[in-house]
Amino acid sequence: MTSARNRELLALVPVAVLLTAGFAGVFSQENDQLGNLSLVYGAYFLAICLATHVYLRIRLPNADPYLFPLLATLTAFGLVMIYRIDETLARDQANWFVLGLVLFALTIHFLRDYEVLERYRYTIAIGGLLLLLAPRLPGIGQQVNGAYLGVKVGPIAFQPAEFTKIAIIVFLASYLREHREVLIVGARRVLGVTLPPLKHFGPLLVVWGASMFMLVFIRDLGSSLMFFAAFLALLYVATGRFSFVVIGMLMFLVGAWFFASTVPHVHERVEIWLHPYRDPEESGYQILNSIFAQADGGLFGKGFGQGLITVPGTDQALLPAAQTDTIYSLIVNELGLFGAVGVILVYLLVTARGFKVALLASDGFSKLLAVGLSSVFAIQAFVIIGGVTRVIPLTGVTLPLISYGGSSIVANFVLLALLLLVSDRARREAAEPPGRMATMGPAA
Amino acid sequence: MNRQIVKLFAFIVVLFGILVGFTSYWSVFDAEALKEKDANKRPLFEQQQIPRGRILAADGTVIAKSMPKGKGANKRYVRRYPEGSLFGHPIGYSFVKYGDSEFEQFHNEDLIGEGSEFSSIVDELLGERQEGNDIVTNIDTEAQRVALTDLEEQGFGAVVALEPSTGAVKVMASNASFDPNRVPYEYSKLASDDVETPLLNRATQGRYPPGSTFKVVTAAAGLDSGTITPETTIDAPGTYEVEGTPLQNDFDEDFGSISLDTALTHSVNTWFGQLGQRLGNDTLFEYMERFGFNAKPAIDLPEEEVLPSGVYDFESETLLHASDPVDLARVAIGQERLLATPLQMAQVAAAVANGGKLMKPQIWKRVVDPDGRTVDTMDPSVYSDAISEKTAEELTTAMEGVVSEGTGTNAAIPGVPVAGKTGTAETPGNLACGGGENENQAWFIGFAPADDPKIAIAASVECTEQFGNDVAAPIFRDVAETILNEE
Repeated sequence: MTSARNRELLALVPVAVLLTAGFAGVFSQENDQLGNLSLVYGAYFLAICLATHVYLRIRLPNADPYLFPLLATLTAFGLVMIYRIDETLARDQANWFVLGLVLFALTIHFLRDYEVLERYRYTIAIGGLLLLLAPRLPGIGQQVNGAYLGVKVGPIAFQPAEFTKIAIIVFLASYLREHREVLIVGARRVLGVTLPPLKHFGPLLVVWGASMFMLVFIRDLGSSLMFFAAFLALLYVATGRFSFVVIGMLMFLVGAWFFASTVPHVHERVEIWLHPYRDPEESGYQILNSIFAQADGGLFGKGFGQGLITVPGTDQALLPAAQTDTIYSLIVNELGLFGAVGVILVYLLVTARGFKVALLASDGFSKLLAVGLSSVFAIQAFVIIGGVTRVIPLTGVTLPLISYGGSSIVANFVLLALLLLVSDRARREAAEPPGRMATMGPAA
Repeated sequence: MNRQIVKLFAFIVVLFGILVGFTSYWSVFDAEALKEKDANKRPLFEQQQIPRGRILAADGTVIAKSMPKGKGANKRYVRRYPEGSLFGHPIGYSFVKYGDSEFEQFHNEDLIGEGSEFSSIVDELLGERQEGNDIVTNIDTEAQRVALTDLEEQGFGAVVALEPSTGAVKVMASNASFDPNRVPYEYSKLASDDVETPLLNRATQGRYPPGSTFKVVTAAAGLDSGTITPETTIDAPGTYEVEGTPLQNDFDEDFGSISLDTALTHSVNTWFGQLGQRLGNDTLFEYMERFGFNAKPAIDLPEEEVLPSGVYDFESETLLHASDPVDLARVAIGQERLLATPLQMAQVAAAVANGGKLMKPQIWKRVVDPDGRTVDTMDPSVYSDAISEKTAEELTTAMEGVVSEGTGTNAAIPGVPVAGKTGTAETPGNLACGGGENENQAWFIGFAPADDPKIAIAASVECTEQFGNDVAAPIFRDVAETILNEE
């Protein structure tokens, strides 16, 4: 199966070219001349990617050949955008990328038999939820824009939600693998609506409760939405009952509506979304300027490094949180609608490859894990892009791999590692004659 | 589960489709409307990143230029006006925070190089930086300086000098003026000064009773409509009653039976009052409109910074028309509720000077792109055929008498025949002048040389206790001499 790895190697070439060209573009903007430093950066990046590729060649020779290049593309693109915003941030981000790849390699090394995760699913779930609570702990918790998203211990700051999302997906994949049969069989039709059996309704309520809890205590509408949507996606794939999804959605909406009217921070986010022009200088400033920046981009954008992030001559932000929340708006501003659609397409391709992994996988846990991980990745992209384009209220989740943020990049490479682990086994088994799959339970 | 996975993927495709839809909406379909939003400061900041073109006087003197500040994405351009207050009017200012005014505002698109739709799309594709065009104006630096210096000596007022044959604005000075470089530092002070109103261009926004200078319009209407000939005599007593109030000559002087030349030379009120009544509303208003009254002058300045001249209903601030009841005898001598801007009165002089053809006044002369190519040139165009050439000639003769032997002798230039008309409108209790009882609005309008007019000028001085011949005629003379000496 070296042909898969050869395809991966080939796919990495455009990534390196993109990165080099991007840095060159930024350089020529900043310095009016083309330094060879951009080539150096491109070469470093290519070298790191090649090392990762060689590692994959040895450890997971059968894994999907496009996922790593696609994620590397997003990372490279993010690095260029961040470099264009602030050089020091880009250096940090590059370091996070390397750390992300180290954790990527460690994950692959230690979780070769990833079913072991199933055994610890409750530990993982509780650990993930506790992690979420950390930002509210005095001393280490950090409040950002009214939401409790960050933890800071000494020099290390991170956003636990990024890691919790993986923990939750692992838990849900395992739990639903085990209980999906009873959820389907035990379902009752009440008043024309198919309801899940009451006995198994409990865990569903727990997940719902967890996301409501996040809304209230973490005040993070974005993460809450992301988790719950991923949960519904998994529930649907596991049971095939669309009505469960509808019920879940209604429950979320009712809960969100209730808390939106009682929790000030959540309420404000919704108000700003509905009426941004009420206070254009204060609360509506970010979303309005996010949209104004897009209006300025047009079809082709203003070109790399041409967009305005701060009010010229001052430090006042014109596009607040350009390196994190509103980086997509900056992409539209500088690369236009075409560049932005390109980015969305890459996210869609990642999702497609992730789902392909799920389709190929033969056992329930692998399928659900692959679907869950791919979905949460896609939903996260949707939540933040939807936020800055006013499809939904703007919240503080990162644009996966493009936004500045160590936790995001590290967590997403761990996510990739899990996907590749599932993929490697699925493709190896697909290539081998069937036989030892009998123990894996029925494939849907 | 595979069926659900495929369906879920389809759902995610739809979700991403929504994102593409919204992004398209903001970035393309709704983009123009968003750029117009008040909350959107981005277009302003972006304009600041464009090296705005220079504004030059006719002799190449730099009136306005853009200086780079900062580096990289922070690079921006700030407007500098090397001549300070000299061109404060009519050039105005352009600063991101305070917006723009006057010429800077009117010619904004040329100055920031907003070319054709096609070329901007090409530029966008090539990622080229927009660069502004230079605009060369018709303004005569020396004459502008003379006009402003003279005005500063006399008080508040304005001077407009037009080239009769083209409408080219050679001088547009207004005192109090302002130094555009100071706008970012003392905008609120400049804007709130209700006494000196330095930001007001009096040449286009100062509405004053034109007094006797308006007799040129009345005379033109009389001659051109055939109501009178140069030989027609009218009995001009010292005073006669109109609408229950006596209309008087200066010192109630009785001129007896006189013709136009004498009447204009001595600015005989009773003569012109009767002429006005003979003309009737329709004819007088018709000729006023031909000279540009009752409409905003077609000059290249923002519409809201140019005011029309005419008979005003003071309460509603609207213009009266031929069908409205007016005291025609007093309109004919520039009184009643008649108000005119210095630009309007310069247009009257210019039309007579140009054989009766009124040209549209234009400050700009040509647009030069960054490569030095002239991309657009001012094309002189006719506003109206106000009066016939014959009428213009007859009127010129009468106006020459004013300067050679009448009320406007201070406008005389040695060796050059000058045609003109003085005006002194009493403005007692004018609050802008401090409310004094002896305040006048002093005027002089005219052109030179009378036999081959090169320049037509209106000079108007507010709040003076002196007459048109004392304060306004000398300004005319100085400015006209400066321009004629350059030729």
